[in-house]
Amino acid sequence: MAAAAETSSDRTLRSAFGSVLSFFILLLIGVLAFSIRLFSVIKYESVIHEFDPYFNYRVTQFLTKNGIYDFWNWFDDRTWYPLGRVIGGTVYPGLTLTAGTLWRILNSLNIPLSVETVCVFTAPIFSAFASWAAYLLTKEVKGAGAGLTAAVLLAMVPSYISRSVAGSYDNEAVAIFALIITFYLYIKTLNTGSLFYATLNAIAYFYMVCSWGGYTFIINLIPMHVLLCIVTGRYSSRLYIAYAPLVVLGTLLASLVPVVGFNAVLTSEHFASFLVFIIIHVVALVYYIKGILSAKMFKVAVTLVVSIGLVVCCAVIAVLIALVASSPTMGWSGRSLSLLDPTYASKYIPIIASVSEHQPPTWPSYFMDINVLAFLVPAGIIACFLPLSDASSFAVLYIVTSVYFSGVMVRLMLVFAPAACIMSGIALSQAFDVFTRSIKFQLPGISGKSDFDGGDTSSSSVVAENDAAKPDKSEETLKERPSRKNKKKEKEQVEKASVEKTSTKSKKEKRLLVLPLEASVIALLLLVFLGSFYVVHCVWAAAEAYSAPSIVLTSHSHDGLHVFDDFREAYAWLRHNTEVDDKVASWWDYGYQTTAMANRTVIVDNNTWNNTHIATVGTAMSSPEKAAWEIFNSLDVKYVLVVFGGLVGYPSDDINKFLWMVRIGGGVFPHIKEPDYLRDGQYRIDSQATPTMLNCLMYKLSYYRFVDVDGKGFDRVRRTEIGKKYIKLTHFEEVFTTHHWMVRIYKLKPPRNRIRGKTKKSKTKTSATSSSRKSVARKKNPWH
Amino acid sequence: MARSTSRDAEALFHSLRSAYVATPSSLKIIDLYVGFAVFTAVIQVVYMAVVGSFPFNSFLSGVLSCVGTAVLAVCLRIQVNKENKEFKDLPPERAFADFVLCNLVLHLVIMNFLG
Repeated sequence: MAAAAETSSDRTLRSAFGSVLSFFILLLIGVLAFSIRLFSVIKYESVIHEFDPYFNYRVTQFLTKNGIYDFWNWFDDRTWYPLGRVIGGTVYPGLTLTAGTLWRILNSLNIPLSVETVCVFTAPIFSAFASWAAYLLTKEVKGAGAGLTAAVLLAMVPSYISRSVAGSYDNEAVAIFALIITFYLYIKTLNTGSLFYATLNAIAYFYMVCSWGGYTFIINLIPMHVLLCIVTGRYSSRLYIAYAPLVVLGTLLASLVPVVGFNAVLTSEHFASFLVFIIIHVVALVYYIKGILSAKMFKVAVTLVVSIGLVVCCAVIAVLIALVASSPTMGWSGRSLSLLDPTYASKYIPIIASVSEHQPPTWPSYFMDINVLAFLVPAGIIACFLPLSDASSFAVLYIVTSVYFSGVMVRLMLVFAPAACIMSGIALSQAFDVFTRSIKFQLPGISGKSDFDGGDTSSSSVVAENDAAKPDKSEETLKERPSRKNKKKEKEQVEKASVEKTSTKSKKEKRLLVLPLEASVIALLLLVFLGSFYVVHCVWAAAEAYSAPSIVLTSHSHDGLHVFDDFREAYAWLRHNTEVDDKVASWWDYGYQTTAMANRTVIVDNNTWNNTHIATVGTAMSSPEKAAWEIFNSLDVKYVLVVFGGLVGYPSDDINKFLWMVRIGGGVFPHIKEPDYLRDGQYRIDSQATPTMLNCLMYKLSYYRFVDVDGKGFDRVRRTEIGKKYIKLTHFEEVFTTHHWMVRIYKLKPPRNRIRGKTKKSKTKTSATSSSRKSVARKKNPWH
Repeated sequence: MARSTSRDAEALFHSLRSAYVATPSSLKIIDLYVGFAVFTAVIQVVYMAVVGSFPFNSFLSGVLSCVGTAVLAVCLRIQVNKENKEFKDLPPERAFADFVLCNLVLHLVIMNFLG
């Protein structure tokens, strides 16, 4: 009796100690997740990165300055000239509202941070939250040990780091957190059957809808899981409580977000959830009736209902199909369609296909982005099947679907990364569990206490992993080479471990698995090594690969470090040397930056909502000078901005994007034909290039005066000498070129004085050359 | 054939009724509530079909309010049902509190959405 009391108190003490320990581990994980993302601030400076974040930053500034109501009603006349854009109704406001609220709270606490600082650090803060959410989710699936391991892995998975370094102020930064917390609350509701968690789940889903268009992944994945549960006979009333309120509340909450609105009930992305909603009611009713009837009576009921029900079902399905088929794209949006059919975008919507993050990923990018997790995932899936619970089947479904989606679009690697972390966390923790248990069993002194729970072991192993990581980090990265070889071995080890686990678990529950002492010690060491390789890779990726802000570029060469700060130079020039109302035309990539940094009106920007408008700019860029001048003038453009990397070897410049301009322009204005710009199907800019290519505006603006630099005109990106060296501009004049020639700004020459006759002539001529109706129609205004 | 089916149906209804009579009256009240909510939703859908769905958000919030109420009541019914073994350790007071909270959220959203 006394002994029993002692052991129970011992156990509570142990569990209390365990929870305190895991709390501190979680705290450290949060710090790790935050601090690993600060490389960009330390190496560069505290700036907003890339393109979209600049827009988000600008919106946040507006929000903090004018308040929420003005934000909802904000009509932005600085973009998409002359159309403008309703910002409040076309953005996902989650990120902006989050950062705005954060800023407001900090200010009310008398911490005077600038809006920019808050924006820069939003993503690291939320990645700490995301790793805590991953802990909670994995804990629901497979226990606390797996949760801690998954949290550590997620805190530094390179794929997620790439989108959430300090300064990368984009929707995904908060959306991944929202995604994981929504899944966690769903699983929690499923496990407990509590309406309270169902409410929280709907609210988390609302936050996700606010934050990112990827919410459709949730609203399709959860119904899939429900359907899976029903089909495999795992229906329970907890499933009903987890799902049915989520659909009703979630749909209503989603329609509150202006950008989604009625789409939440009208587009096909959401229909799956409604269908499953109906199915789950039918199933619930069937289970209920089965419960109150005797078996024989139930059989009678089934035959009756089936015969009547089939007729009704057929009618309903026919109506639904007719409704859906009546819309041209079957009610699916272009992005969703290109997910279901990977070739769809490249066939029909060049503007979606032209974005590099919408391309399918390459195999190395998997290794780059999730590293050793790719090998651990299969082991984790196996571990999830022993035993299969509702929660672990959800985890399996999550990883299977996200693998598919990540294979279609490289951007969705981000959705895959948390799933991979959860699976690997489960695999690692189970492996550690088995090894430490067998070691403990065989060591003489402590064999009596061998029946402790798995949580403690793996949490301590996490600490070990962390500790092991730190010395490794200080050691030079040269170690990476030999480590690659080892990795294979370790992977085998891990898989073997999990397989061995499999066999034992299936043997008998009670008997402890006993591996040979030496084998388990070695396997443990190898696992720790594996973990430390992962850490080394992640730190390398965070420090080197993903922390460049892309508006400030650096390059190492033999004579030291070069910093290319051309973008900000150019935008500052525009801000200080042009009129406030001047319009600047550039390819859409630079639209957000121009409005945010130069505060000038742009024609098109990264929110590619109007294909025709973008095609107009693309057409102008691929037309000869005069026709281009007509188009730009009709749009009231004063300055044209091109990005040119030929001098310093910056590969993502406008010449490399030029074919997309041709394609997108040609999609709307058929006189632009892609073959005209290609010599025998090859894109080239040297003397073999086609005359259309050599005479188009983009070519001229990029290479104007380029030959003056070295006398030959050697393009360091394309690695050739340019085809047309001495370019004379007639309708444009160069006004500014940055230090490294990366951004070149041209001004449209004013129409010549005098000359009614002459303009008339040129007008007829242009209308002959360019069949763009728009330019001809609009052209009349300036002169008459 | 037809006669045997109708006999079966009769027997089925009989046994259904006898099984249902045994349910506690609190659950019956909830059932009535659910039935009423669904009935209201059906009326609104019929109205929409006849008159048209012009203030679409009003229609949507009306129907979803009814459907949501019904769904939440069903959840409550599942939780307070004594015969349900899954929720043995969940006190009915707690279940009711959850139900009220969920309804509160639902109707706040609906009031917001009503337009």
